[in-house]
Amino acid sequence: MTDTATVNLRTTPLHARHRASGARMVPYAGWEMPVEYSGITNEHLAVRTRAGVFDVSHMGEIEVAGKGALEAVQRISSNDAAVLKVGQAHYAGLLTPEGTFIDDMLVYRMAPSHFMLVVNAANTAKDFAWISEQAKVTGDAAVVDSSSRYALIAIQGPAAREVLQPLTGVDLSEIRYYWFSYGEVASARVTISRTGYTGEDGYEIFVPPNMADRVWQALIESGRSADVIPCGLGARDTLRLEAAMRLYGSDIDESTTVLEADLGWTIGWKKPDFIGRDRLVEQKEKGLSRKLVGFETLDRGIARHGHAVLNDGVRVGTVTSGTQTPFLKKAIGMAYVPIALASPGTEIDIDIRGRISKARVVPLPFYKRPQ
Amino acid sequence: MAYPADLKYTKDHEWIRISGEVAEIGITDFAQRQLGDVVYVDLPDPGRTITAGESFGSIESVKAVSELFAPLGGEVVEVNAYLKDHPEVVNAKPHDTWMVKVRLSDPNAAASLLDSVRYEALISA
Repeated sequence: MTDTATVNLRTTPLHARHRASGARMVPYAGWEMPVEYSGITNEHLAVRTRAGVFDVSHMGEIEVAGKGALEAVQRISSNDAAVLKVGQAHYAGLLTPEGTFIDDMLVYRMAPSHFMLVVNAANTAKDFAWISEQAKVTGDAAVVDSSSRYALIAIQGPAAREVLQPLTGVDLSEIRYYWFSYGEVASARVTISRTGYTGEDGYEIFVPPNMADRVWQALIESGRSADVIPCGLGARDTLRLEAAMRLYGSDIDESTTVLEADLGWTIGWKKPDFIGRDRLVEQKEKGLSRKLVGFETLDRGIARHGHAVLNDGVRVGTVTSGTQTPFLKKAIGMAYVPIALASPGTEIDIDIRGRISKARVVPLPFYKRPQ
Repeated sequence: MAYPADLKYTKDHEWIRISGEVAEIGITDFAQRQLGDVVYVDLPDPGRTITAGESFGSIESVKAVSELFAPLGGEVVEVNAYLKDHPEVVNAKPHDTWMVKVRLSDPNAAASLLDSVRYEALISA
């Protein structure tokens, strides 16, 4: 990497803290972010068994507000925002007219006519331009990129609540999964959302940037006796993959439809229209030719993004994500395969850098937390 | 971690311990730090002949794959079978964990390798 590129990287309000704590920093989506603190395996296991704290301030926040806000969100989102109560959130696709992903996002209903969309860092500018344009069609709504107004800190894992509760007056037991509330954490005014990207229970806390370090330190302090540790984006990736959460740019993008990504549950079929609906209806009626599936490799080796899926020696699909999972201790991954090969139990071949490895299609997710 | 003076090194962050005509090859502490948690080491079968500069195996960490380049040519006489189930020792004891033993085709070729002083200078540059 050149010095110029390094200079241009953006940093979160916790950048100095990561540096001082000895995190390994890498460029990610235009940001300099911590990829690991104490090692991906250690951090992964901490989140599965105790809890981990993540800086995900690079994520973008786009707010849509005004009389026409619901109509605008209904137009651009795959999911049905009308069913969201104030204080509730859901996962959705931001779709092209082809029913493919411009991005994936969480849609928060802050007020009847005020939504916040949490989007991927690398896509924030593209998303903002698209949503602004579409909101002009529906009218009467302001679209604001408010990303710089929030630091975002996640605490994830079975111990998340006991670590966060002493720092806030908000009764966390009252926040249901995929709901959020307002209050103070370590005297900072925050939004506490019971969401995450790890497959564990936990919270994502939207914090004013100037209070980010204070909240971060408070969480680390509060979690010390429970051996809660700071975690980087490396563990976030292995955790989300075990939970089969899609990663934009790897598993989904502008060439994959919602149905192919097996995310049909994010489609609000009952709402009258949204961008991409016609193509998805058509695809649903005609049937899919390929689908995203989970697999475990049976032979040696770890399949990675871009590796070919073979059938009788012919390339029929592509691996989108793959890793050796620290918790399940298996080599797993996701791949687009022809429908004929998509049923759990089917054996597929994967070309791992020139060596053909057997893999078996398995149901998703790979990991589901104990209820 | 110190870089032992009795080892030779390459700019690809491998170390070589030469005794007679056999060389043990491993990766350096610097390399394992860059890789992060090693989860899989893919090594050639004994009997294979490798030439200097050739990729003869790979090391996978949770997040990345890194190729192993032969620092010297020769015949692979033994691979470290312990690594199959315990790849994490590469992180724990990088300079004590050899991956392959190679019978060198030209023991004098080792003269082109870096000594510990030059290697430490390389990684601190």
